[in-house]
Amino acid sequence: MLSKNQARLFFLGGTVLFFLIFLFLSANTLSSGIPEKTHSENITEEVANGKQLFDENNCMGCHTILGEGAYYAPELTKVIDRRGEGFVKAVLTSKTPWTLSGRKMVAYGFSDKEANDLIAFFKWIGYMDLNGFPPKPDLKKE
Amino acid sequence: MKYKSQKVAYMFFALSMVLLVLQIVYGFIMGFAHAGFDGLHEFIPFNTATATHKNLLVVWLLSGFMGAAYYIIPEESQNELVSVKLALLQFWSLAVVAVVAVIGFHFNWWEGRKFLEIPRPLDYLVVVNVLLFLGIILLTLFKGKQQTTTALVLSMGLFFAALLYLPGMIDFNNQSVDSFFRWWVVHLWVEGVWELIMGGILAYLLIKLTGVDRELIEKWLYVIVGLTFLSGILGTGHHYYYMGAPEYWLMIGGIFSALEPLAFLGMALFALAMYRKGEKNHPNKIALYWTLGTAIMSFAGAGLLGIAHTIPSVNLYTHGTLVTAMHGHLAFWGAYGMMVLAIIVYAMPNLTGRKLYDRPGAHYAFWLSNIGMVGMTTAFAAAGVAQVYLERKVGMSFMDAQKAIEVHFWVLIGAATLFTIGVLFFVSNFFKHGMPSDEAIEADS
Repeated sequence: MLSKNQARLFFLGGTVLFFLIFLFLSANTLSSGIPEKTHSENITEEVANGKQLFDENNCMGCHTILGEGAYYAPELTKVIDRRGEGFVKAVLTSKTPWTLSGRKMVAYGFSDKEANDLIAFFKWIGYMDLNGFPPKPDLKKE
Repeated sequence: MKYKSQKVAYMFFALSMVLLVLQIVYGFIMGFAHAGFDGLHEFIPFNTATATHKNLLVVWLLSGFMGAAYYIIPEESQNELVSVKLALLQFWSLAVVAVVAVIGFHFNWWEGRKFLEIPRPLDYLVVVNVLLFLGIILLTLFKGKQQTTTALVLSMGLFFAALLYLPGMIDFNNQSVDSFFRWWVVHLWVEGVWELIMGGILAYLLIKLTGVDRELIEKWLYVIVGLTFLSGILGTGHHYYYMGAPEYWLMIGGIFSALEPLAFLGMALFALAMYRKGEKNHPNKIALYWTLGTAIMSFAGAGLLGIAHTIPSVNLYTHGTLVTAMHGHLAFWGAYGMMVLAIIVYAMPNLTGRKLYDRPGAHYAFWLSNIGMVGMTTAFAAAGVAQVYLERKVGMSFMDAQKAIEVHFWVLIGAATLFTIGVLFFVSNFFKHGMPSDEAIEADS
């Protein structure tokens, strides 16, 4: 039967081994994987500003982006494709809560530049290779 | 209780109770908003409610873990805490940081990163706070007469939980890199080092409640935490499927996520086996309920419901939907919520000398909260599956699909009401114990 020392060895050995594999894969992902898949060379100053605005206002507290966030408001990964720049800009710059589709969005009243930065951020996100996400609705009747 | 300094644990447990109730209030605000009633939008918009709900969860669990450590470590190491004054300072600073963070969320002061919304200046305070906590615990442990496996596993979990907070504090311009490291914190916490904390507390409770030989329990503790890391570390991959990381994570995350329930299954089987083997008839039966309950519910919530949507071909459709909320609720409740409540139920009579464990309220608390949470999980499951089908398969717009599933949120609110009544029984029972007392020392432990 397994002794306590063997059990300890299983715990420590397994943990170290799998952590090293994880570190190796992470290094690969960060050095070449993510930069290629996300086209990190396209992160301009506008995109970076847009991301900062996205964080500072906790947009992820209602929306999802890359499928991550809260589930109260629409997924934003392909929002520019879906809605077009003009619509998105109208929502972002609105001085009153946006309620077109039933739920209220906080009226951030972003400036023209801020809205453009956020749109640049969404465009950059929209071009990422996400391994097939979001999926095409395969039962949709055209 | 054997050591005076164990009384510090009471403060942390009391904070846990208050924050748990507050967390539930914000949960209701979100539930009603989903059902179409967002009357508080002007004061508490949804993103404020969700940041508050999630962070209160993290803080009440951490406060519970800290209380558990202050209670368990003196007994396990046979040594008074090195400084009660510093422990109290650590307590008050934790409470202040939590309150300031929650108030900040109501004034757009945060970082929009799920689970890690606490703004950066407060992050530094969290780090100082946790270092102080670890200093007290580790000094007490290593100055003590013995270092048991249970105490070492618990301390190791607390230490690595602190260390893993740091990757979440680095800034990145790339959303995917940001997300990559955010999961180092969140995933490696809940599906990694927090399981060490859970395993440590579980082992301690089983030793006390069943009377089974420590050597046997601690041997299986190693096996279980070994399984946790064997599956959980590379299981992080299930967060990397569709966020801009390479495709190999689909295979690696898929395989190792499928192994993740093993650790929880191991924990459940282990707890039940020790219960059957145990000959000690401990009078605190309700503590045993919570202890076995956490082992079983964590397997259901974290294990089974986890694997239900980490299969890559399923996750392609369920990623970013209410299916995640289904898994999240039962997993956090089963694995960590119930664990904290188990140690509280066990410790309170020993801290105060008042043995209130046979009161009907203690049993209502257990059954109502658990039945309520299973009901909530079912409501989330129905809403989530319908959302996936309507939005991701049929191609309905987000809001049309949300309107179609509104009814499930009324079921959710109903089940949550039951859950809340259970929790209120628990909290009321907690405060009925009164304050800890030195007279309880050396009483039954």
